[in-house]
Amino acid sequence: MQLKIHYYALMREQAGRSEETLETFAATPEDLYGELTARYGFTLAREQLKVAVNSEFSDWARPLSSGDAVVFIPPVAGG
Amino acid sequence: MRFRFTQFAVDTYSARRELLDLGAGGYVSFEGWVRDNNEGLEVTRLEYEAFQELGVKEGERIIGDALQRFPIKHALCIHRVGSLELSDMAVWVGVSSAHRGEAFDACHFIIDEVKHRVPIWKKEHYRNGDSGWVNCERCAGAPVHAHEHA
Repeated sequence: MQLKIHYYALMREQAGRSEETLETFAATPEDLYGELTARYGFTLAREQLKVAVNSEFSDWARPLSSGDAVVFIPPVAGG
Repeated sequence: MRFRFTQFAVDTYSARRELLDLGAGGYVSFEGWVRDNNEGLEVTRLEYEAFQELGVKEGERIIGDALQRFPIKHALCIHRVGSLELSDMAVWVGVSSAHRGEAFDACHFIIDEVKHRVPIWKKEHYRNGDSGWVNCERCAGAPVHAHEHA
């Protein structure tokens, strides 16, 4: 399955890229975060993040489909 | 769009005009400015980064929530992205209403919700040469929303 991942802020710096297309067997955003943390060493715990799929907030257990765009959302700090 | 991002200085004069209403008897605005210190460190400049596609959706929902919750006429929020210097305006919120009370309340509600809900990140650069993403590094391990920064 092919997924598009966009990275922002701290996670963009830690991944060393702002986006990538990834071939993966990760069934859910939760699985995907585990896979990417093993690859990039993300320091934020899963519990500190939210996740968006196709530009809308998503459940961590939502089944992913090929072509989905995933964004992990670190703790926000607007204003 | 009642919530938007801009790379340029917010034109408050134009923004305010979008709130005009013959039934409005008042208008309240809030400006968030870049401060020279945060949690004991001297800040020299900031960078804001946003997941804009989701950010404008969530921002619109916040304005919608405010319009449902308070009897106001219009509301608008504009947030900067990119590199900002000290005293630059980071965010602007404006609300018009028939009477002042609900305009103050709605303005307060909107800025609080924006800070907690919209996917925007702030990187602070410090006098000592360090830098860090607020709520992500220096506050790592702390619960989300544990710190207020405006």
